[in-house]
Amino acid sequence: MLVRHTATLAALLLLGAAPLAQAADKPTDPQIAHIAYTAGVLDVEAAKQALETSKNKEVLDFANDMVRDHEAVNVQALDLVKKLKVTPEDNATSKALTKAAAEERAKLATLKGAAFDKAYVDNEVAYHKQVNGALETLLIPSASNAELKSLLETGLKIFQGHEQHAEHVAGMLK
Amino acid sequence: MRPGASNRRLWFAALALAIAATPAAAETIQVTIDKLVFSPATVEAKVGDTIEWVNKDVFAHTATVKGGWEVMIPPKKSASLTLKVAGAVDYFCRFHPNMKGRLVVAP
Repeated sequence: MLVRHTATLAALLLLGAAPLAQAADKPTDPQIAHIAYTAGVLDVEAAKQALETSKNKEVLDFANDMVRDHEAVNVQALDLVKKLKVTPEDNATSKALTKAAAEERAKLATLKGAAFDKAYVDNEVAYHKQVNGALETLLIPSASNAELKSLLETGLKIFQGHEQHAEHVAGMLK
Repeated sequence: MRPGASNRRLWFAALALAIAATPAAAETIQVTIDKLVFSPATVEAKVGDTIEWVNKDVFAHTATVKGGWEVMIPPKKSASLTLKVAGAVDYFCRFHPNMKGRLVVAP
């Protein structure tokens, strides 16, 4: 049972956005805000784990960039939901992201040195790819408020930048 | 009245000379960064000109030339670089490598 559940989740993560798109009806703006905010918070948490564990300068610089950018995006997201009087609403996608991140964090906690660096950066590439897929195919098209849509579009460019940055760091670790 | 008019003419002549001299002097060219886009993406300049990047984003960016110079541009701040070498260079943001720009620098 647990195995099957984990396998489903793994498939969901591997396939990226497509299963998210099929999983539920079009998410509402309060759900979209929650997903986007959660995705940012999870990446900041992953970065903080890297900052505590890694000794590699490239990895530490990358992790600091993630903390700085995702916190900046989320400050804007919070300002926007306040302005729009929207209360972010927890949902299946946010829960799946949170659960997967907790599992990844537990896995990374067992690693040290170069093995940790590689696993963290590889996961950052995969994670940003997954979130970008969700933004492009589901969250941006579903957003009804123009300001929310615009913030998500900026978020997508930031995340795409991070994906390329992570790929660059991954290349340097080889 | 007559001396006044002649003074004014002299003044205009001096001003015209100053304006004529300007194109040869160094200029400051602004590149705006908004929502992760360098605008204009391509700038034509000449040696001695200064490029000023104006960052309207809440994110830090860089203007980085691979194997060359790098300018850090903090959130909501500006940063400048005076061009010393002629030639065309492509630059990007090291934090967000999907942000790209180009400088074409005449001697």
